[in-house]
Amino acid sequence: MAAVEALNITHRYGRVTALDDISFNVNEGELFGFIGPDGAGKTTLFRIAATLIIPAGGRMTLFGLNTVSRYRELRNHIGYMPGRFSLYQDLTVEENLNFYATIFGTTIKENYHLIEPIYKQIEPFRKRQAGRLSGGMKQKLALSCALIHKPRILILDEPTTGVDAVSRTEFWEMLANLKSEGITIIVSTPYMDEALRCDRIALIQNGRLLDIDTPGNIRLSCSNRIFAVRHHRKYELLLALKSLPGVLSREPFGDAMHVSLNPDTTPEQLVRELEAKGLAGVTVTEIVPGIEDIFLELMKREA
Amino acid sequence: MKRFMAFVKKEFLHIFRDYRTLIILFGIPAAQILIFGYAVRTDIKNASIAVLDNAHDEVSAELTLKLEASDFFTISNHLSSYDEIDVTFKQGKIKAVVIFPEKMAATLTREGSATVGIIADGSEPNAASLVTGYTTGILNDYSSGLTQHLTASLPVINPEVRMYFNPNLESHYMFVPGVITLILILISALMTSVAIVREKEFGTMEVLLVSPLRPWQIIIGKVAPYFFLSLVNVIVILLMAWYVFGLPVRGSIALLIAECMLYILLGLSIGILVSASVDKMENAIFISFMALMLPSLLLSGFIFPIENMPKVYDYVSMILPPRWFVEIIRAIMIKGAGFAYIWKETLILIIMTLFFIGLSAGKFKVRLGEGGR
Repeated sequence: MAAVEALNITHRYGRVTALDDISFNVNEGELFGFIGPDGAGKTTLFRIAATLIIPAGGRMTLFGLNTVSRYRELRNHIGYMPGRFSLYQDLTVEENLNFYATIFGTTIKENYHLIEPIYKQIEPFRKRQAGRLSGGMKQKLALSCALIHKPRILILDEPTTGVDAVSRTEFWEMLANLKSEGITIIVSTPYMDEALRCDRIALIQNGRLLDIDTPGNIRLSCSNRIFAVRHHRKYELLLALKSLPGVLSREPFGDAMHVSLNPDTTPEQLVRELEAKGLAGVTVTEIVPGIEDIFLELMKREA
Repeated sequence: MKRFMAFVKKEFLHIFRDYRTLIILFGIPAAQILIFGYAVRTDIKNASIAVLDNAHDEVSAELTLKLEASDFFTISNHLSSYDEIDVTFKQGKIKAVVIFPEKMAATLTREGSATVGIIADGSEPNAASLVTGYTTGILNDYSSGLTQHLTASLPVINPEVRMYFNPNLESHYMFVPGVITLILILISALMTSVAIVREKEFGTMEVLLVSPLRPWQIIIGKVAPYFFLSLVNVIVILLMAWYVFGLPVRGSIALLIAECMLYILLGLSIGILVSASVDKMENAIFISFMALMLPSLLLSGFIFPIENMPKVYDYVSMILPPRWFVEIIRAIMIKGAGFAYIWKETLILIIMTLFFIGLSAGKFKVRLGEGGR
């Protein structure tokens, strides 16, 4: 049985369409990622999954239970972590965890093994008020709170936003652990590098799904070769690339421009053309396309 | 039930961790009572009064002596005719005039009662009520002394109180009922609406909704501590009014507490309604303040008598719960009235409470509103 089945989910806020005909399945025990920019509709989709919003159209079931009609049963099995860490700032770490354990009808002791790897990192601070924790510790506490009742599915809305790089890495290691416990996880993130850690990812943009596949397959689906073009005069480089007909797309990435080329244009040709435009010393190297590149390409195709 | 109790416990932790909440809860009522109480108390030390003795007999002489002997009064003028009363009052030197009737002692023995006139300066209502109160007390004291002497007939001295400048002196100790009315609406409506909206604003409501807790458990759990604390507050205010100000509750205390509970419930249901309608704490504060506090203050008859207002405001005040509650609590505390006298006001409050509970129950959702994204 699929953990999540979404069929033609549509939702609007007034005249703004937040979700447009979204269908997907998540298998039990899968770590499923939604990748997309802010405002793509990830939060709305997650709230529908968490039984918090009734979609305007379509239907979604979790473990065969409809999120609208059977929400009461479902709420026992969902661990939900909203975009803002839903912690009580004026309660201590321990009090927060205790509170969530009790309202879900369990105790910390009963499911301690599940949260132990996460919670033991913040346990030294258990008497500290949650508002005075660092971002990374807040995140760990919020995850502990979402896990304490041993949910069958974890719904994590941008859990790594606003958290330092080390904590982000640790967090994804924890998710991998939870997955091995058999918990289904759906997670959203604006960070492309995190997508590689998911079993499958869905690319979402403007309320529409662009693609669903494993990170590896999505990379393969990229039809064009991608080159990193570097020159210290970035603005002139951008203008030059724009004027060349053989360049299909160009997007700035850090210190380089990621460029896809017409099949009949070679990288050597590109170097020559750029040098002719006064950009001496320009370098062009082929790279393995990242999720970002594919995302941008898919977005272009949509448009 | 265990879940529910955990919720209530959490709510108490919120309240006791936040010193601002505590100040609003207990500091403000205490400060109001103390300010009012002390402002009035200093007034009544050695207040100047005048005596118009038309009797010149042993009873009037003894009463004059008793008035002078008390710490409350200094007799600064001995008047000889009614015409002097007006002049003396206008000079503003005295707080009250005590008038002994002609042949007072004779009337008292013959008819068993006599009437002493007390005219107080009504432009200072609090001082006036105190002065008349103490004067009446001294007169009663004297007549009860007489009663013990002459057991057969019971001579009584009836004080007849008149107010100068403000004949219908409306507000005996009016501020205590007023403070209770204000504080209760403040705590129950404002604080609960803020407490609920805070969960929305911090995003914790999302998780509470996803939890197996039922919406009514969330709501009752949030308001129960405030219900309890409001009651504690009522008791604190009453005790302080009594100790600091010497104001007893004349009517039934049980009835008073019951009416307070009803009013708190009404405030809470308004608070829940407010919280169901807004998503930001500022808005909750603004609505509670504009829609509840100001009207309670201005239109409930607490500060400004409703009789003196244009008719329109009279009608407007009728839809405001504080107006009815002030009347109820005033009747119980000051007039010592029983339930028979206030059932109508009570019924109005019950209907309002049911109305607001119904309305907010309909508005509170098991899901997020359309505003949430």
